[in-house]
Amino acid sequence: MDTAKIVDARGSYCPGPLMELIKGIRREAIGTTLEIWSSDRGSAKDIPEWAARAGHELVSSTEEDGIYKIQVRKAR
Amino acid sequence: MKRVVILGGGTGGTIVANQMVRQLRQDIDAGAVEITVVSNTEQHVYQPSFLYVAFDLTAPSDAKRPERQVLDRRIRLVQGEADRVDPREHAVVMSDGVQLPYDFLVIATGSRPAPEEIEGLAEGGHHFYTEEGALKLREALQSFTGGRVVLVVGVPHKCPVAPLEFTLMLHDWLAARGLGPSSQIVYTYPIGRPHSLEGVSDWVKPVFEARGIDSHIFFNPELVDPVAGTVTSLEGETLSYDLLVAVPPHVGQEVIARSGLGDSGNWVPTDRHSLLMQGTDDVYVLGDATNLPISKAGSTAHFQADVVAGNIVQRLRGGHGSLRYDGKVFCFIETSLRKATYITFDYQRPPQPVVSGSLLHLYKLAFNHMYWLSAAGIL
Ligand SMILES: Cc1cc2nc3c(=O)[nH]c(=O)nc-3n(C[C@H](O)[C@H](O)[C@H](O)COP(=O)(O)OP(=O)(O)OC[C@H]3O[C@@H](n4cnc5c(N)ncnc54)[C@H](O)[C@@H]3O)c2cc1C
Repeated sequence: MDTAKIVDARGSYCPGPLMELIKGIRREAIGTTLEIWSSDRGSAKDIPEWAARAGHELVSSTEEDGIYKIQVRKAR
Repeated sequence: MKRVVILGGGTGGTIVANQMVRQLRQDIDAGAVEITVVSNTEQHVYQPSFLYVAFDLTAPSDAKRPERQVLDRRIRLVQGEADRVDPREHAVVMSDGVQLPYDFLVIATGSRPAPEEIEGLAEGGHHFYTEEGALKLREALQSFTGGRVVLVVGVPHKCPVAPLEFTLMLHDWLAARGLGPSSQIVYTYPIGRPHSLEGVSDWVKPVFEARGIDSHIFFNPELVDPVAGTVTSLEGETLSYDLLVAVPPHVGQEVIARSGLGDSGNWVPTDRHSLLMQGTDDVYVLGDATNLPISKAGSTAHFQADVVAGNIVQRLRGGHGSLRYDGKVFCFIETSLRKATYITFDYQRPPQPVVSGSLLHLYKLAFNHMYWLSAAGIL
């Protein structure tokens, strides 16, 4: 598998991790996987929710020491 | 002689330059240090004024001063377009071919609204992110006779509170002109709540409800049809409008792309604490130009300027430059034409909502004038 592009959004309250994902994913080629790092518990919910609405694929979602790592593949 | 070159004479670059001079006066007078600011505009513009220009509350000329006057006289000002940065040669190359060698470079080139990134937006929509855009919107508002106003928000954008401020000010403005009953304001936002900051979202939801403002979340504008008067989101929702106002998506500047220093959006990869450009130890980046996941705001540029100026001065004196940026952001928010509130946070500390008051509004208005003290490195 190709390695994911890291989007380090730890400590981001504004614009916040989801906005950082939207910013990054717009400019990537279809098929690219982005891995968002977030220190906000809300990301584990709102990133998958947006990915579903926007038609992107949730690859994985994990948490370690309060850091959430969520992988999303650009599907369209 | 040690040379410090500051690329960009906007908020961040001007504050860094003026702060450094205050600490290095004698070294500069003795010819041991030279500070150069490169600016492609003669005038220094206080950008938040564009919001007030759109509502005909101020004129563009009220918010401009010659950059030469804003900078301490000991600072050398080179007016012109920088073509590229050459980190290997440690020089900035100007578009006329002149080379400006540096020992330390500060990249403070800001960001640019890019409505063209959303199909049809430049033709079908308005914005208040440049003087030209604000003046066009002013005329559109003057001739507006009621109808549906839709606000859309591109990602990323500078001044994260602007979408809310514009919406709430528009509500007051329409009401004052007797257009409230015949108008509908539709606010949209890219994520699952009306603002990035949870506290601000919680505060604004009942405010929108009380003022009859319609809010659509998870709305990332993708396509504008100026003929049909519709805007469609990438999530698949279509809204019709009589007047479309956008907070356009932003990109980093062309000089970053020409230099091969940016990511796909022309943002410069920057260390979140030292503010050094990644992979270098003599190039600092601040303000809108960085790729950091923090608010693109004048206050951010100001807090970062404290770190960058302090570290360069310390290193010029043989130290290491150990100040670290903690992610601090501070923003005033206009909550109507008469009231304001503020928020502050950093990488570690989440923001706490603050109650809005008319005193804060006066303070924000006062800051519109105090800005010049801040740019001068005094405040
Ligand atoms: C409508 C509006 C409202 C706002 N409201 C607020 C607010 O209430 N609070 C707040 O904190 N912030 C606000 N901001 C945001 C704030 O103005 C910016 O975040 C801030 O100016 C960023 O500072 P900067 O130094 O990074 O970039 P800028 O101040 O934009 O300066 C960048 C400079 O670099 C120059 N430059 C770029 N490329 C070159 C080149 N190749 N050669 C030479 N020069 C170059 C540009 O011309 C410019 O002068 C607002 C902005 C707008 C538009």
